[in-house]
Amino acid sequence: MSDKKIYEIKILPKKEVLDSQGRATQKVLEKGGFSLSKCSVGRYIEVESSESIEAIKKMANYVLYNPLIEDIDVQLKSTNG
Amino acid sequence: MSDDKKIGVVRFLGTNCDQDVFDALENIEGLTPVWLWYENKFDVHKFDGVVVPGGFSYGDYLRSGALASKMSVMDSVEEFAEIGKPVLGICNGFQVLCERNLLPGALLKNKNLKFIDKWVSLKNNVSEGLWSLGDETLNLPVAHGDGCYYVSEEHLAALKDNDQIWLTYDENPNGSVDDIAGVLNAKKNVAGLMPHPERAVAPWMGSVSGSVLIQRFLNS
Repeated sequence: MSDKKIYEIKILPKKEVLDSQGRATQKVLEKGGFSLSKCSVGRYIEVESSESIEAIKKMANYVLYNPLIEDIDVQLKSTNG
Repeated sequence: MSDDKKIGVVRFLGTNCDQDVFDALENIEGLTPVWLWYENKFDVHKFDGVVVPGGFSYGDYLRSGALASKMSVMDSVEEFAEIGKPVLGICNGFQVLCERNLLPGALLKNKNLKFIDKWVSLKNNVSEGLWSLGDETLNLPVAHGDGCYYVSEEHLAALKDNDQIWLTYDENPNGSVDDIAGVLNAKKNVAGLMPHPERAVAPWMGSVSGSVLIQRFLNS
């Protein structure tokens, strides 16, 4: 049976990479009186598929993230029978 | 005419510097540009060079150049590069070649988060080979939002050792590591740069540095 599964893929800039968006956002938050020591801005992707998590990771490696500059986390979010 | 070098000009959805590149090539005696459509492969033996022009392929969705780098035409561009023929990526074309792993590194958002549109002066750092451009300062325009060149420190050292750092900005406009504006692959046949040579090919444009660069295809 091919269950429909929803996978969530979170992508963030690597620590050593200049995250201009994160830095700019952090500055605005600090200016607004919020206390934080870091803010990273990345991408969130959802994929609906009956494939295994390994297949989704392959998919992510194909084009969804660039390992030179980004880190990735792939998780199964929900399963709909 | 029949002895002309045939230079393929790649068009993706969202490429917008294609006609300028085509015209610049056409205006150099000895070069004949030919369109290459993103959905089609091409016969690598029928071309002498390939340019991947700038623009906003796929609207810069996901990452600049990422989606375009997976198109059929890029399978042929990769094969073309593998047999040692010259490939030039300009701006978004540079991003596409990096995403395809035909060039090292990646291009991030400009450090100041702004789209930068200005003239820059550049230094050539490669002393020999097809893409060597001599000692004179090159004046070319840049127009990009994602032009901040990044490689890890370790990788940067390797690029230096192997003379792959092609062009550097005199004044860094975008936060690129080591002021890098253009790089070469290890074999030195694939080149990419953020500035636009096709916008500097006549005195009325403000500079002819772009012609000097594009004319390198004559030696291919």
